[in-house]
Amino acid sequence: MKTASRHAPLRFHVDAISSVAGWSFRGDGAIERAREGTEQVQAGDREAFEVLARENLPRLYSLARRLAGDEAEDLVQECLLNAYRSFGSLHERGAGPKWLQSILVNAFRDRLRKAARTVQEVGVDDIEDFSLYRTIAEDDPLPYSDTLHLDFLRAFGREDIHEVVQRLPAIYRAPLVLCYIDGYATKEIARMLDLPIGTVLAQLHRGRKLFEREMWSYAEATGLLARETSQ
Amino acid sequence: MSELPTGLIPCSKAVQQLWEYLDRSLSAEDLGRVDRHMAFCRKCCGEMEFAKELQAMLASSEGDELPPHVRERLERFLEEI
Repeated sequence: MKTASRHAPLRFHVDAISSVAGWSFRGDGAIERAREGTEQVQAGDREAFEVLARENLPRLYSLARRLAGDEAEDLVQECLLNAYRSFGSLHERGAGPKWLQSILVNAFRDRLRKAARTVQEVGVDDIEDFSLYRTIAEDDPLPYSDTLHLDFLRAFGREDIHEVVQRLPAIYRAPLVLCYIDGYATKEIARMLDLPIGTVLAQLHRGRKLFEREMWSYAEATGLLARETSQ
Repeated sequence: MSELPTGLIPCSKAVQQLWEYLDRSLSAEDLGRVDRHMAFCRKCCGEMEFAKELQAMLASSEGDELPPHVRERLERFLEEI
């Protein structure tokens, strides 16, 4: 079990969020209740909130882009609205950046739930046997390369990786982004997404497999390797 | 590797668990099984090195910069909350 992460545990933040009187992030209608406002934000707090929010806009947007792609701006707005309404529950201002991130992940999770009817799970059998390493070796897409596998990876720029990640179904993309890009431990991801840890581990497993397969599909579809060969 | 000593898990089983192995999210028993397999199988070691590179690549892919026009809209939104 993965227990360490680049971030401190999120227990405090999630507890702080769920302790806001009168509403919670854990169900439908959270935004509507947030708009109604159950907590009066004082003038000094408003200023402090704005400072915190402004400072963290780049980080929030970056995370939102990885999770929600083109809907990133909308997701950040939803996060800011929710965070403003519960700002009184943030007692430790130093924890503000991660508190905001966890609110953003909560908002994304609620969106996933609303879209759950259209989400298609990918069966393990469909992808379990796929190995990017073996596919590269068998297809030999860079015939003049002595370091075939590394050269395959080097053909991918940052934008390409972003695009590949965005092509993954959201239920698999979220754990993958939070675990491997943002460095959260699986326990923290389970808490933020409000899922059993076994479900997160299964989604991570499928997400990794899908990521590998999508790397290959993307390289083929975009002619990435042909460009690399001609250089 | 075609012939593995008796008791070792097959290559297919070892490579299925590579990312979990690298994350140290396998049980101690499964970690030991993959470890023992890797000690004998050079082909799977290559696949593990590749998985490490792939993970590192994914980890370093963070960071879409906040475009100025989006920042402007978000700051306006903040003021209007």
